[in-house]
Formats: sequence, C-alpha cells, structure tokens
Amino acid sequence: MNTRLRWRKLVSAFMLTMTGVCSLVAVSVLFFILGYLVFHGGRSINWDFFTKLPTPVGESGGGMANAIVGSAKLLFLASLIGVPIGFFGAIYLAEFSGSKTAFVVRYAADLLNGVPSIVIGIFAYALVVLPFKHFSAYAGGFALGVMMIPITLRSTEEFLLGVPNTLREAAMALGASKWKTIATVIVPAAYRGILTSVLLAFARVAGETAPLLFTAFGNRYWSPGFNQPIESLPHMVYIYAISPYEDWQRQAWAAGLVLLGLILIVNIVARFILARGVAVPRS
Amino acid sequence: MPASARSAVTVNLTPTGVVNASRETAAPAPIRMTVSKVNFFYGSKQTLFDVNMSVAANRVTALIGPSGCGKSTLLRTFNRMHETVRNARLEGEILLDGQNILAQDVTQLRRRVGMVFQRPNPFPKSIFDNVAYGPKINGAKDPIAEIVERSLRRAALWDEVKDHLHKSAYELSGGQQQRLCIARGLAVEPEVLLLDEPCSALDPISTAKIEELLVHLKDSCTIVIVTHNMQQAARVSDSTAFLLVGQLVEFSPTPQLFTTPSDPRTEAYITGRFG
Repeated sequence: MNTRLRWRKLVSAFMLTMTGVCSLVAVSVLFFILGYLVFHGGRSINWDFFTKLPTPVGESGGGMANAIVGSAKLLFLASLIGVPIGFFGAIYLAEFSGSKTAFVVRYAADLLNGVPSIVIGIFAYALVVLPFKHFSAYAGGFALGVMMIPITLRSTEEFLLGVPNTLREAAMALGASKWKTIATVIVPAAYRGILTSVLLAFARVAGETAPLLFTAFGNRYWSPGFNQPIESLPHMVYIYAISPYEDWQRQAWAAGLVLLGLILIVNIVARFILARGVAVPRS
Repeated sequence: MPASARSAVTVNLTPTGVVNASRETAAPAPIRMTVSKVNFFYGSKQTLFDVNMSVAANRVTALIGPSGCGKSTLLRTFNRMHETVRNARLEGEILLDGQNILAQDVTQLRRRVGMVFQRPNPFPKSIFDNVAYGPKINGAKDPIAEIVERSLRRAALWDEVKDHLHKSAYELSGGQQQRLCIARGLAVEPEVLLLDEPCSALDPISTAKIEELLVHLKDSCTIVIVTHNMQQAARVSDSTAFLLVGQLVEFSPTPQLFTTPSDPRTEAYITGRFG
C-alpha cells in the first residue's frame, strides 16, 4: 500500500513537472524570438531606419522608410477588402442564413483560411497583375485582403452569435425591424469583439510575405500612389536576410523586430479592448 | 356563484394587499383581441389546436397550464413573435380591434402590442437608453426625456433610478431589471402588453412589486400574462385561460375558474393533481 502510494506521488510529480516544462517552453519561444531579434537587430534600429530609403550595396546606413509606408498602404488596401466583406458576411451568416447555407459558407471560409498564402498570391497574380500587366500595391493589397476575409468573417460571426437571443427578441418586440435590431442592438453589443477580430486579422496578414512576392513585388524607392510595385516590411526581411551582406542582414533583423513589435502592439490592444468589455449575461 | 365565495377568493388570493377592483365591476369590458380557430405548428408538430378566446380591454387575462401546454406559444402569436422561429406556422385569425394582425405590418403591430419576457433582458446600454430605445427607433412626438420619466414612473421604478439614469442597466437587481423592461415596453405606449412568465426569475418581493404594478397598469393598457404560478394568476387576473397539450380547456372569469371550474381537467390542475 505504502509503495503504491509513493509510486503514485512520484508519477504525479513527474507529470506535473513535465506539463509545467512544456508550457514554459511554449511561452519562452516567444521571448526567445524577441530576445534574438533585439540582440541582432536592436543596434540597427535608429532614426534613419524609420526615415531613410535603403542604400545601395556597399554604402552603409540607410533605412526602410519606404517599406514601412508600403506595409501601411498594403494593409490599408487589405482592410478595405477584408473588413467589410468579412463583417457583412458574418452578419448574414449569424442573423439571416439558414443552417445549411451557414454550414457551407463556414466550411468554405475555413478552407479559405487554410489555403497556403502563396496560393493566394498566385490567385492575385492571375486576377490583378496579369490584366494590368504590372505589379502593384493594388495586387498586394488584394492578396492580403482575401486572406483577411475568412479570419474576420469567422471571428465576427462568433461574437455576433454570442449576443443572447433575448436581446434580439427585446428589440423586435419594440417594433424594431431586423436591420434596425442588428444596427442598434446586436452590433453595439458585440462591437468590442468585432473590433478585436478585425485587429487580429490585421495583425495576422501584416507579417505575410509569400502573397506579396509576385503581387506587390518590392521596390527600393518610394512608390507613389497604389498602382506601382511597392515594398513591405516582411518582403524586406526576406530580401535582406538571404543577401550576402552583413549590413543588410543586420537590417533584416531590425525589420523583423519592428514587424513583430507592431504585431504585438496590435494584439495587446485587441486583448485590452476585449477585456474591458461589459459582459452580456447569457441566458 | 355565491357572493361569499367570490369575496373569499379576493381576500385569500391577494396576499400582496392589492385590491383587484375591476374584478368586481359588473359591466363587461369591450373586447380588444379575438383569437379564432388558431392552429399552430412547429414544422409538422402541432402545438395549438383550434384555440378560440378573447381578450377584454383594460383587463388582465392570464394564461395558465403545465409546461409545454402551448401558453407561451399562444402569447407569442399575439404580437407575431412566433415568426422569429424558423418553420413556425400559424393558421386561423387573430384580431386586434377588429383587424387581422396577420395582415398588418409587423413592426407597427409590435408597437401596439408590447412584450415582456421571462428573463429580464435589458440592452447592454444605460437605464435611460434602454427606455428611450423604443421611442427613438419609432419616432416620438414628446421629448425623449419626458417619455423616459413617464415610463419609469408607470413601471414604479423612477424613484429607485432617477439619480443614476446613465448607469448600465446591468447594475440593477433582477427585479429592477424586469421593471426596467416593463418601462421599456411602456415607452412606446402599447395598447396591449404581453408578459411571458415575467416573475419566474424573481424573488417574492420583486414579484409582489410587479403584480401590484400590473393591477395599476390595466387602467391604461390591456394585459395578457402567462404564468406558471396559479396563485399569481388568481391574484392579478380578471379572466383566466387554462391550456392543456395545446388545447384551450377552459376560459372563464378568474374567480369562477379557481372556485368552480367547469371542466374536471381544470379542477385536477388547480387542485394540484398534476402539472
């Protein structure tokens, strides 16, 4: 009896240690990556990095101002496509569609979410780049926007479905039409969740490189407007990291650090918005 | 029915101290709603069978019966809330002031026939915005603040909330939330107010407040209440309908139904032999 008890305690202690170590590893990967980026790229982050154009090979200094602005432009275009389609699609799914339609759309959205981003890049290439016969911010933004659609759609839908049905009934019983109910009660009740979904989708595509390779293409100079090839941070990381120049490699680390920092900030803001929300009691 | 029995009912069944005056008035009230030959289906399952009844103006009509008897379903047809459920189908006719509600614009109908639900369901907005919601979306002629105050007074909630109208409705107690929902319903000045077991989630003191409120409200509005609680039906209503498995078994003045029911099934139910 006593040995069995001791054995049990031993197994318990072993399992506890193992699960603890595994969760520690899971968390520490993030901090390891962050530390590595800071270690290698921290020195290259300076005022010039944010304000200057890349310099030619051999010339030291320079920055990634064009890539930072380029990423912002691409993400702006992506949001113009991904957010409204995802948002209104989610409203249709959550509030109007029958269970069969909803199942099909949900399934398709999940599949789209799983499509490799490079394939989405090819799709954007065929649909936007080929007809216009040149790479452009439009094409890159389109590719990223397509990626945002399923993410926004699915999480927005979840938050809309989380609004208790009793609130829908309450509004309709007061003479509100279906659209009025959605606009004045359901979306306001879920808006923190919806905002969070949008931010997370945004953060998710901000780091995408593959769909930009043959859509936005990259550009070492400023790209006025949206109709020309344009640089982006993740693409810059890719180009600079595989280059043979030590100076460029350091800047690639720095670009990675800036990118990760931006995504982290967006994520933290999203969590903060969600956490502050007034919980709607479920019934 | 002997007069002594009637007064005994009134005394015994109103422990809240509410004097249900109109029960004693002899003159029959005009009819506000008429339900004729209503059959109701969820998909292929029929849940109401050939229901006929009428709702008297400025009276409280109670619907009682065991769980699943169709009383809530019947109530929800009165403002066509059943249409929010997929596959629900209604046959028959329901008249409001002589006009078939099934042929009317549903949002207009629901302005005239308001509803309070089983669980308090305030919007995640301030107390003020909850009450102001109906007048705002429907367009109101009076200033909104006036309507809000009037409605909260009618729901006997004004004194408790007047100093913090801009607090979240979720900060109120359950009973206060339910009165807020009643105020929200009253703010659009409905002719009929439907209540679907409004006290089932509340404690006895909150319940008493709401019952008292209903008796006052019937001066200005017609009330139909679904309740699980027979004592409640006896306390607040003027007439009571007893439903069993989708059929209207008996519909009589409340004192009569509870003292001399004409159907043995009603008697079995009110004496607690089932349900």
